[in-house]
Amino acid sequence: MVHRIEISSKISDTRALVKKRKLESMGFKDRVNDINLVDVYTIDSEFNNGELAKIASMLVNPVFQKAAINESLFTEERFDYALEIGFLPGVTDNVGNTTKQGIEDLLKLNIPEQNVYSSQMFLLSGNLTREDVIKIGESLANPLIQRIHVKSYDEFREDNGMNLIIPKVRLYENSNVTLVDILNATDNELIIIGKKGIENSDGTRRGPLALDLSYMKTIQNYFAKQGRNPTDVELESIAQTWSEHCKHTIFADPIDDIKDGLYHTFIKAATNRIRREKGKKDFCVSVFTDNAGAIIFDDDYLVVDKVETHNSPCALDPFGGSITGIVGVNRDPLGFGLGAKPLTNRYGFCFADPNDEKPLYKGENFTQKMLSPRRIMEGVIEGVNAGGNCSGIPTTQGFIYFDERFKGKPLVFVGTVGLIPKEHNGIKLYEKSAHPGDHIVMIGGRVGKDGIHGATFSSEAIDSGSPATAVQIGDPITQKIFSDSIVKEARDLELYNSITDNGAGGLSCSIGEMAKECNGCYVELDKVPLKYTGLDPWEVFISESQERMTLAVPKEKWPEFYELMSRRGVEATIIGKFTDSGKCVVNYKNNTVMDIGMEFLHNGLPPRPMKTSFNPKRHYEPDIPLLEDLTETLHSMLRRLNIASFEFISQQYDHEVQGGSVIKPLQGRGRINEDATVTRPVLNSKKGVVTSQGINPSYSDIDTYNMAACAIDTAIRNTIAVGANLDHLALLDNFCWCSSDEPERLGQLKRAAQACYDYSVAYGTPYISGKDSMFNDFKGYDENGNPVKISVPPTLLVSSISVVDDVTKCVSLDAKFAGDLVYVLGDTNEELGASEYFAMIGERETGLKYIGNNVPRVDADKNKKLYRALSKAIDQEIVASAQSVNRGGLMVALAKTALGGKLGMNISLEKISGNTLRDDSALYSESQGRFVITINPSYKERFEKIMSRNSFAQVGSVLEDEKFIVKNKLGRNIIDTNIGIMMNSYKSTFAGY
Amino acid sequence: MVKPKILVLSGYGINCEEETKFAFQVAGADADLVHINDLIQGCRKLLDYQILALPGGFSYGDDTGAGNALANRIKNHLESEIKAFIEDDNLVIGICNGFQVMANLGLLPALNNNYGERQVALVHNDSARYYNRWVDLEFKGSSPWVQNIGIISLPIAHGEGKFYTDVETLTQIKNKGLIAAQYVSGEICRYQSLKPNPNGSLEDIAAITDESGRIFGIMPHPERAICFTHLPSWTLLKEKAKRECKELPNEGPGLKIFRNAVKYFE
Repeated sequence: MVHRIEISSKISDTRALVKKRKLESMGFKDRVNDINLVDVYTIDSEFNNGELAKIASMLVNPVFQKAAINESLFTEERFDYALEIGFLPGVTDNVGNTTKQGIEDLLKLNIPEQNVYSSQMFLLSGNLTREDVIKIGESLANPLIQRIHVKSYDEFREDNGMNLIIPKVRLYENSNVTLVDILNATDNELIIIGKKGIENSDGTRRGPLALDLSYMKTIQNYFAKQGRNPTDVELESIAQTWSEHCKHTIFADPIDDIKDGLYHTFIKAATNRIRREKGKKDFCVSVFTDNAGAIIFDDDYLVVDKVETHNSPCALDPFGGSITGIVGVNRDPLGFGLGAKPLTNRYGFCFADPNDEKPLYKGENFTQKMLSPRRIMEGVIEGVNAGGNCSGIPTTQGFIYFDERFKGKPLVFVGTVGLIPKEHNGIKLYEKSAHPGDHIVMIGGRVGKDGIHGATFSSEAIDSGSPATAVQIGDPITQKIFSDSIVKEARDLELYNSITDNGAGGLSCSIGEMAKECNGCYVELDKVPLKYTGLDPWEVFISESQERMTLAVPKEKWPEFYELMSRRGVEATIIGKFTDSGKCVVNYKNNTVMDIGMEFLHNGLPPRPMKTSFNPKRHYEPDIPLLEDLTETLHSMLRRLNIASFEFISQQYDHEVQGGSVIKPLQGRGRINEDATVTRPVLNSKKGVVTSQGINPSYSDIDTYNMAACAIDTAIRNTIAVGANLDHLALLDNFCWCSSDEPERLGQLKRAAQACYDYSVAYGTPYISGKDSMFNDFKGYDENGNPVKISVPPTLLVSSISVVDDVTKCVSLDAKFAGDLVYVLGDTNEELGASEYFAMIGERETGLKYIGNNVPRVDADKNKKLYRALSKAIDQEIVASAQSVNRGGLMVALAKTALGGKLGMNISLEKISGNTLRDDSALYSESQGRFVITINPSYKERFEKIMSRNSFAQVGSVLEDEKFIVKNKLGRNIIDTNIGIMMNSYKSTFAGY
Repeated sequence: MVKPKILVLSGYGINCEEETKFAFQVAGADADLVHINDLIQGCRKLLDYQILALPGGFSYGDDTGAGNALANRIKNHLESEIKAFIEDDNLVIGICNGFQVMANLGLLPALNNNYGERQVALVHNDSARYYNRWVDLEFKGSSPWVQNIGIISLPIAHGEGKFYTDVETLTQIKNKGLIAAQYVSGEICRYQSLKPNPNGSLEDIAAITDESGRIFGIMPHPERAICFTHLPSWTLLKEKAKRECKELPNEGPGLKIFRNAVKYFE
């Protein structure tokens, strides 16, 4: 029996009002008069009326809501259309899960399978057609994960409400293991298996293994030696383990004459050299080997850091993709050592212009329309909101960046810093090792078809029966519950020997990785707890169902571990044991379905040497008319997507939970976005963790070497501005490249990697962790149906993390008092190549961004000296404000400083150091290694003495009133405006978001 | 003087328990983190404590309404323990999600001694969006939690913090002096040009108590305002203090609330 409980608000529902405003902005202005929002719970269980009444009273808040059981409250009320949005079968339904648990607790029942499904019903009144309502539904729902259902008022009345829809997963396959005949396969057949996947009995294929011919032949040889064909479990597991995602072959394999590959030669070698050179001052503790990198925080603690990307999923399901991304990267600290507590989150989003409404299609003939940039942007922002806030991890720091080439695929960076004590009872918590004989234990959520491509579902729902792919959606609460029970309890009770995250590749990768610690494993797949029956063994092994960790629990600790997990409401299951057999053996229903040597599984993949090419391009050098008055240019710049305030994001992300907030994401009277944030992880200590990021995708249009150099310099400089210590500063690299099978793109990659080596060594800032994503390309059709390929600009995100001894010495960006002196530190040169200014003028003059050729270059030795001098001044507490000069150049940095304090400025470019030929290039050049700072005039002498032997200039002072005036080198006013107008420009762009 | 013992509840997505415990410790109390399931199973006893703190967080992910699911779990298992606890001369504080839980449990305002009846609700903010910022609050009433505080600034971080109830209940809450704090325009609103009421709460209500004054629910987070460096304006205040040759304060404004609670047991 299926029951339906509807909950609606008795008072004006702000969620409905906000939806209405959204519809109005979508072109339904004056056409939607009213929206009523109803929360629906569909329950697939036998319950009597008394029980249903209890359940309903559990769900309704009588103060402002009313409930209806198996009837609709709305058959008597007038509306025009009812629109219901619910999940497709198999999609994570967090509200449904919580309600099921609530019913179990309320009625003292144990309900084995999911039986509650949540949905939302919108009752719309207005001048609307059915097509309009379907369009509204499509704007609110995502067809990959949700279903919409529309009824007119008359239909609704006649049917007595909406239909009962149970999105239950029903699988009709038998759980079989099949042998894949590769021993007798021709090269051509191997190519097809590698590209399109294993053939099903009906002739369809399971989806790409992404194994090319050289890999397939290696596998063929291996099994030829074994004298048998592989099972599908084996082939799928090898494909996961050898995937670019897991093995990073483009960074590992030989490239040109670099035999050891880019990673070993440029990233790891840089860290090794820096650590060696630092000697006793080396602060790295665990780098590259674990799920995150760790550096020393103080005598007792380490901080760990990891940044991931989740680009492709966010293009398809922005909310689900980004929540899965943020909750997923939280598991990297959790899976570091024996478990670090997540401390802060960070984010970085690269989107296309949200005002771009020209559609893109994945399919020919205007089929498979992609989501618009605006929807991708809103969904991604909301996903991190839900994931971060719900997990109780402050999301302190991040950026947004826009370029039209992120239209096919956005880049979604998510990172988590964690905190872990060095030792507990003499055990080093940053090391781990599964021992032979330890139980393999899986904790957290259950396994479903999530994240397995091509999985086909069917449903007993009448009109949602079309096959659907299961997209992962993070469930932060399930994770929060096991996270607390691991890092706040089980870890310090020493109940396990090793732990890792289940991410890409699922169990096959997590167990495979841990089995390296003891050299073998034995897995019993039929013991893995499932969301629903009917999964094939290979699916169980590679499923990417979220919120799971794998642990190695010693036999004698299992009873205590199991008891603790049960008491915390965490499902924990033994699914095998770790061995020292040298093999990864998997059993399913008393049959061996996988038996592969560990050595082959992890190191059997043959290197694939790559060749690169490098053909630097000469771009048109813009010839921009000289303007006498650059005031309007300033306002236009402040309105740019890449410059404008994104405080709407900072404010919706909880950045203060855990009580450690010091330098917050919004600063000063003007609430200006700060480039770096500071957090105190140990509440009774004055020490703080500083984080920031640097990213300059546009510079790749000129040269990826300088792009990377600038990203590194920016990430470092931003942290220095708030008070970080260059001698205790580490970096993380995230390469997001495109078409990484083309020599030209690989050539760009090589240059960027070379810069990574050169500049980290020069600054003495080691890499501690990194990740890459090499194929961020979209192939589809444009608004006219013409084929189009959109590749992201080669992008390197550099994230920085540093430790400060005394957070009370940290500095914010806002000018503090009238009369304070304004300084520019560093040289301003004629470096407008690929700058925001060129982009703006190009768009204005021709509709296309200008690029130019003079990309900013980084002089690390010079900058290092300056950074140390500034750190000294900050340490002596004589700097009132500091702002790193970033995108948009000096003018934007000055403006942010002034806007932060809501105080005017009188600036002269006369004494500014460096070489610029024009007023606009002095203002907007993006030369690196610069700061805008303000100081109390009484410190002038002291400050200038500290700065001596560096390039710096006092350029003006902070004013009592709101006037903002800039004079050029000749003493003529080129900007004359005020703080109020500037603030409007800075905040107008995202005012409606 | 015997330090009061504080039970700070944890579990199921509560996430401000550590800083809440820290705040009580700084205020001079002994505080333990206790998982709700350990209370349910009886391995820990509520009556061993003098103060119960329901911290902020996202219990059950706010599914089925903020605080609702955790309130149901408490109702299903701990109703009599809670009843006995509040009948004694003990104190209870619910912060943010903890306040939402208490409202759903009917611990607040419990007009006419109707503990267990839901009389007020914390509904979606007018923006229908989660919002983290600082607010100014005027504390009032006779509750031990709010004595001698006046106007201070604290942060909020919530999606469902709009105080709502019917006209009659609201009138009673006002007349009986159960409003413990209201959003007002003060230092922070002036500093960052923010409107006082962040969520549309009726009568600008940010915190209320029951009629005894011992049970206190507050949407803003005093435990996030324990140190001077918690203040959004601390870098400016530091510059100002330096120029006036004044000492830098160490403490944040939120500590007063925890001190008041500890003082109650002196």
